[in-house]
Amino acid sequence: MHRTRVRIVEDALDANNTIARANREDFDRAAVRVVNLMSAPGAGKTTLLEAALGDLGAIRPGVLEGDVQGSLDADRIAHLHIPVVQLNTGSGFGGECHLDANMVRSALPALALHELDLLIVENVGNLVCPAEFRIGEDVRVMISSVTEGEDKPLKYPLMFRACQLVVINKIDLLPHLDFDLELFLHHLDGVHPGVPRMLLSAKTGEGVEEFRGWLREVATRETVPV
Amino acid sequence: MHELSIASAIVDTATKHADGRQVSVVSVRVGGLRQVTADSLRFYFEIVARDGVCAHARLELTQVALRLRCRDCGQEWETDQPEFRCSRCAPGSVEVLTGEELEVDYIEVEEEAVCIAPG
Repeated sequence: MHRTRVRIVEDALDANNTIARANREDFDRAAVRVVNLMSAPGAGKTTLLEAALGDLGAIRPGVLEGDVQGSLDADRIAHLHIPVVQLNTGSGFGGECHLDANMVRSALPALALHELDLLIVENVGNLVCPAEFRIGEDVRVMISSVTEGEDKPLKYPLMFRACQLVVINKIDLLPHLDFDLELFLHHLDGVHPGVPRMLLSAKTGEGVEEFRGWLREVATRETVPV
Repeated sequence: MHELSIASAIVDTATKHADGRQVSVVSVRVGGLRQVTADSLRFYFEIVARDGVCAHARLELTQVALRLRCRDCGQEWETDQPEFRCSRCAPGSVEVLTGEELEVDYIEVEEEAVCIAPG
């Protein structure tokens, strides 16, 4: 027996990225634009979708709900009479903490893609792992709520750099918190200079129309480079 | 917490390239921006590798520093802070030179010695 060195130089996540590209081809064929929505648990992903998706005009939205367990979020979206599919990640090591391209692929047969213009994939609440795994989306969005503190861009730079839009939620609570919005934006610009951001409250509706407008714009894009 | 998924991806990549041979070393380059905890990755690597050709493999990790460059003034610097601002141009247009890597660089595999029988 002897040892041989085999040069590889391959992204460890290459296998995931290959499946993500296959997903993307399916989405493109069906002319569906896909948004990967990420945040910490409790930042307001589902609440924002409830507030925004009911009134998108001619745009036909659908939702893929990723959760470790249960269908509470999918039930909330179903009340809006929007197609929703629940994807549970709980079969792994106590439940995967993110969606990967293969999990999303497994859910595609349950989605009538040709009946949609826009698919929102609500990722598992987590500020670390979802940033690593592409799922075939056109655009990645994260929500950071003001209750989480202004230091989050510095603590989770991978996530804040991975997204093309940062939604700052729960601004109705600003008068009751010590949250320093200027400092948060300073940290955000340090980690991801110039990234588009929106301040809103999914609860009161303030700023939600701007987010709806952004969703409409994404849904009508021709193609977006990955 | 993402180390489990990353360990699985590393083992899968190494296993694919090992082509059935026993793997003794898996060498991985990890950029500073990836926020990978080495001890945690090793821990999960052992668990994930347990039943395959990587079961006895040693995981070698090479940390790659986060190195940035300002496109405006050309200044280059190394940092361990996620601060993408140029100290001269503030903020400047800053690009990442290194630090985003998460790649399996090479593996070492055990091969049978090839004997050529005398003709």
